[in-house]
Amino acid sequence: MSAESWKPRAVRMAAGIRRRVLAHTIARNGGYLSQACSSAEIFAVLYGRILKLSPLDSPVLPGKFPGTPKPGLPAVTGAAYNGAGHPDCDNFILSPAQYALVLYAALIEAGRMDEKGMDDYDRDGSTVEMIGAEHSPGMEVTTGSLGQGISQAAGMAFARKVKGETGRVVMFMSDGECQSGQFWEAVQAMSYHKLGNMLIYVDVNGYQCDGKMTAVMNLEPFDKRLKAFGADVHRIDGHDMDKLARRGTAFRSKKQESPTFVLCDTDPCRGMDILKKRYPKFHYVRFLDPKEKAEYRKFYKKYV
Amino acid sequence: MEILTKIHAENLVKWAKDKPDVYLLSADLTGSCEADRFRDTYPDRFLSMGIAEQNMLSFAGGMARQGLVPLVHTFAVFIYRRAYDQIAMSVAYPNLPVKMFGFLPGVLTPGGATHQAIEDISVMRSLPNMTILEAGDATDVESVLDAAYRTPGPVYVRQLRGEVPRLFAPDEPMLPGKYRKLSKGRDFVLLTGGICTEEGMRAVAALRDRKIKIAHYHISTLKPFEHPEIIDEIAASRYGAVTLENHSVIGGLGSILAEKMAESGCGKPLYRLGLQDTFVHGASRRYLMKEYGIDAVTLIALVRRITGKRFTIDENLLAETYTPAMHSSAKAEAL
Repeated sequence: MSAESWKPRAVRMAAGIRRRVLAHTIARNGGYLSQACSSAEIFAVLYGRILKLSPLDSPVLPGKFPGTPKPGLPAVTGAAYNGAGHPDCDNFILSPAQYALVLYAALIEAGRMDEKGMDDYDRDGSTVEMIGAEHSPGMEVTTGSLGQGISQAAGMAFARKVKGETGRVVMFMSDGECQSGQFWEAVQAMSYHKLGNMLIYVDVNGYQCDGKMTAVMNLEPFDKRLKAFGADVHRIDGHDMDKLARRGTAFRSKKQESPTFVLCDTDPCRGMDILKKRYPKFHYVRFLDPKEKAEYRKFYKKYV
Repeated sequence: MEILTKIHAENLVKWAKDKPDVYLLSADLTGSCEADRFRDTYPDRFLSMGIAEQNMLSFAGGMARQGLVPLVHTFAVFIYRRAYDQIAMSVAYPNLPVKMFGFLPGVLTPGGATHQAIEDISVMRSLPNMTILEAGDATDVESVLDAAYRTPGPVYVRQLRGEVPRLFAPDEPMLPGKYRKLSKGRDFVLLTGGICTEEGMRAVAALRDRKIKIAHYHISTLKPFEHPEIIDEIAASRYGAVTLENHSVIGGLGSILAEKMAESGCGKPLYRLGLQDTFVHGASRRYLMKEYGIDAVTLIALVRRITGKRFTIDENLLAETYTPAMHSSAKAEAL
């Protein structure tokens, strides 16, 4: 894809991600809406520009959940939506599984999941789970227990490195989970074991379940802390697609030994001012009363 | 009795030679877990992970997803207590072949409550997909590698180190899911595992001289445990079953057998010797085994009480047992 042709599509994808998650939130009386607002550009650039994935013949339609992995029943992997499994293709790991709804919307926009799949979201017996797991579309690791995603991704990156594969391990993270001790254990191990084949985008929207991060547990100066742990760190405007793309493509072209973090400063209400009324609790939107729902319906009509 | 030193250290290097998929992860206890020879022989397959067990276990899960077989080496207690959620979600849920080698189970360490894994079987066996193995002698220590490697999915191993007796023939390896039947008898059925098997053997031999016959089984696969023939033998026994374990009686071998006996409705008593719902403190292995009642003497006293037979067995006349010195040169440190 030429340097210019990806962007109009990615802009459409970002708009589509917000629109789909908003529509879904209204239809189901709840959803992870602020996550779509803060990360729509990141997902659009990941799927529209950065990730090297194998092509699919047609968008995948999610099937029923076949059961938890056990002897005789191997784990089903959502990696099929990313066409993973080739030595030169990237793995994509979604670390905060709470962003699954945003990932599903991104997969539809990228032509990798049939849009009918969204009807299965949070339905009993479906793989399109609310807090996704490794069988959910686009996911290949079970990451809902926050902090574990990066260590698992690092183990995968180590294995890919010793196997001489050129594909990278690309991960999306949220900022709240970086409070965990395991996150910092993982970063020190990634630096120590020279896992330069890892590229991590962090949605630094500044909010977590309990509210504003600085009122829960401060992470700043996040970039300086990460640098001190030996990572290659870039802090950018997470809604600026050119900057998002530049970090991912520059990374691909250079041989490096330290893992790359792209800290994306974002706005959890971007594109939806209506969300600001909920300050400082943006983690999950469930309408408080019919009046609020009506407001969002009205907002949606203007939005599309 | 033949006593061997640092068997695992030597054997691991030999065993891993033709297994390029095998990697070893260590959390700052490399020498203490006899992984130093492996580290020096295969530096590219050794990963030092620091004192950071949560990352180590999830990292191992990631490696296994990509086709490698990580052998996690650290003290037993630090595997399951420090990284339980990571084992559950990064390893057990996806049923990945991560092989966890837990050293110094139970009273084997004088390191006190912080270092003593007394409920690891209980915790680990309630995890779906988990297999649990326990070594009881030098032959087990050697062959548990293959047993773990050939078992699909995650395996937790209670491994021995340092000076270890050889109780079983070197050419009769531990096999996953198989027990060793050490003696026959209709009075009691005795199940032991790990270091308690040696205690059981001493007691069984002494009791045989007092005309009390015991069927003794050495259990090295704690999960899965499917042995209906043992339950049948218990049902047909005169006094019932006894378990002796280097672990809490809650959740370990005693509980495993209790569940199976209850399900079968075999209607015989079960006597569980082990740590009686108590923490342990820092002291020598021999002292703790006596203090907490997980030795041959305690087993003999139990049999005397149940049978009502009057006999005395001089502790000093019990068959020779081997207790390594606390500060043996076969150990990296006093722990």
